[in-house]
Amino acid sequence: MSLPAYLRKQEGKRLFDLGDIACAWGALYAGCSFYAGYPITPASEIAEFLSKELPRTGGRFIQMEDEIASMAAIIGAAWAGGRSMTATSGPGFSLMQENLGYAIMTETPCVVVNVQRSGPSTGQATKPAQGDMMQARWGTHGDHEMIALCPNSAQESFDLTARAFEIAHALRLPVLVMLDGEVGHLRETFDLKLPMEPLKLPAPPKPSDAPPFGGDPLPPHVLFGEGRYLHVTGSTHKPDGTRDVTTPEVHDQLVRRLARKVEQNRKALKDVEKDIPDRTKTVVMCYGAPSRPAAAAVEAARKDGLKVGYLRLRTVWPFPGDELEGLPSSVETVLVPEMNMGQLSREAERFTDKKVVCASKLGGVCHTMREILSKIKEVS
Amino acid sequence: MEHPLVKYLRPGTIPSTFCPGCGCGMVLNCLLRAIEKQGTDPKELIMVTGIGCSSWIPSPMFKCDTLHTTHGRAVAFATGVKLMLPDKKVLIIAGDGDLSGIGGNHLVHAAHRNIDLGVMMVNNRIYGMTGGQCSPTTPSDLYTTTTPYGNLDQPVMVSELMVSAGANYVARWTTYHVRQLTKAMEELMNGEGFRFLEIISQCPTHFEKDSKKSPTEILDMYKENSIPVAEAKEPYDGQLSSKMTVGVLAEKKRDGYIRRLEAVEKKLRAEDNGESKGKGHEGGH
Amino acid sequence: MQHLRGWAALVENMARKFEVRILKGNCKGCGICVHYCPSHVLEMSEEFTPKGYHPPCRCKDAECKGCRICEQMCPDFAIFVEEESK
Repeated sequence: MSLPAYLRKQEGKRLFDLGDIACAWGALYAGCSFYAGYPITPASEIAEFLSKELPRTGGRFIQMEDEIASMAAIIGAAWAGGRSMTATSGPGFSLMQENLGYAIMTETPCVVVNVQRSGPSTGQATKPAQGDMMQARWGTHGDHEMIALCPNSAQESFDLTARAFEIAHALRLPVLVMLDGEVGHLRETFDLKLPMEPLKLPAPPKPSDAPPFGGDPLPPHVLFGEGRYLHVTGSTHKPDGTRDVTTPEVHDQLVRRLARKVEQNRKALKDVEKDIPDRTKTVVMCYGAPSRPAAAAVEAARKDGLKVGYLRLRTVWPFPGDELEGLPSSVETVLVPEMNMGQLSREAERFTDKKVVCASKLGGVCHTMREILSKIKEVS
Repeated sequence: MEHPLVKYLRPGTIPSTFCPGCGCGMVLNCLLRAIEKQGTDPKELIMVTGIGCSSWIPSPMFKCDTLHTTHGRAVAFATGVKLMLPDKKVLIIAGDGDLSGIGGNHLVHAAHRNIDLGVMMVNNRIYGMTGGQCSPTTPSDLYTTTTPYGNLDQPVMVSELMVSAGANYVARWTTYHVRQLTKAMEELMNGEGFRFLEIISQCPTHFEKDSKKSPTEILDMYKENSIPVAEAKEPYDGQLSSKMTVGVLAEKKRDGYIRRLEAVEKKLRAEDNGESKGKGHEGGH
Repeated sequence: MQHLRGWAALVENMARKFEVRILKGNCKGCGICVHYCPSHVLEMSEEFTPKGYHPPCRCKDAECKGCRICEQMCPDFAIFVEEESK
């Protein structure tokens, strides 16, 4: 996939801008050709930027009447060949859940960015939080797997949004990019280039080798307008797309195959930043905005002689439970600073018998280095 | 011995799951006839549907790229499809509950945006698939499974709403008027901007089920109670006792959304000295 | 001259022969075709389709004029008109 001239001209440039804007650039460099969205703080900047820049790269932008319509439009566009994305925050994310499930069920590649803000409900509309992490995993009804990436800087917003496109189109499913208002609205430098190695994901079968909604587990890449007479439905369907809600095996096979697309690629999807030396006693597991003061806190704690490790998740779902299972025996505590009441800390508890402590912070203000440091000292 | 329209049907999908005498099959018949008459290749069409019996009209019977979506949102999905495949004819078929109830918001915005889509709202004035609950277009005082004491609402006049929202083409017919419907569907497929066709259709199973009217009795009633809109003395208010005004309710020549968008894109390309090459990138997914 | 052309067309049309074809397997016995045929060539039959419906039958003495109203109204692609070659 070659870049349009407009983007090629700027490749390698270093910019100083919002995390939101970096995310939008990442989308463009990943070949985003369609955006449909609805304004919401703190994600509106993504829409505003793409409304201007997307048409310059030959893509199309539309502001829809609500988030439900936005999610619908990006799915429709994907079936028409678009590489599509939308961005929102909590209240809009809640609205998108039904159609997100539709994207999973129909295996529609698309990217959904949630710049998390303080909830529930309208909450602290302009303040950051990380309260949607479990919703990201389970927000839509029914059995399903989910992939969610979590940047902690402007550069990562660029990188991981681009990565989300790569994953979505390789595995034919929606991928979430979970920013938070802190990362979305901070300003720092980032480079306009894709330094990442492509992920080791399996190639999909050719359309001649697998039915449009079959495969093992990856389906072929098929689109409208190719003369295939595709039948795309959110109802349970056979591998050829025909609805069949009465045969139990059809549903069992479909839903399990959809889950296998993620499960079988856990290893390739795992993305953590890890620094856990021997004899570590306390591991700080973190993601998103708090991971930055957490890194500083770990460094400070080590200077004070504490044996502290650092485990940052860049891919949050599927959750890297094996990292928790594989913690050295010296580790006694896993400290999880989160801007919520304990969401990923609860997930961590599932994978380890070690003590998991959530350093929960609400109120729309990110943890400070000192807060995390004092918590580290408290649990160590 | 083959039905002349069988070439448009996916094998094994007929007989359909529609009830005997349901208007849905008649709508499908009209659609396929319109396509046959025009000589349209189904490869040029994309059907988008929602949830409800009417959404099953093309799905799965009609052999065509089909996007069978979530309840009420077909118009929004179709907007995305059309923007990325603007040369295809994108048609939506769904029911009154789907399009004007849960989907009312999307319908109004699509009309006011004048997005280049053709919408067929099959109006059986009931929620048929779920067993006969009232819908936004159910006449007043009617008994349905959720209005056991009579419907307290006035029916929404969806076509009239589309006219005032600025749709380029709005028409209403009943399933009795199969020939006029076929012609209206041809207009729907070829027009620019937002085109809306309301089709009053029988649900012999659930609508006024206590009256136990047969499909032909209902169709006869449509015949007796419809009047060309030009001849009507008063506007149709959706009530059972009123005469249904049929025909073309509005025909405008407002620029469609795609035309306006392409004008902006052309200007941008000129500004960028033709460096940005129209829609999309090289390479597929 | 116009009215002579009209007569010629009428005579030519009268020579055309049409017949309804009924696809009983698709029929759901709704009765629409029987009711709306202006030439009254159809009647509901006593027999059963594989799904248990009564299909129409071409058991009346009347002549099919080829108007295709049955074909155009049938909800189930169960009836159509064929022109029999001269």
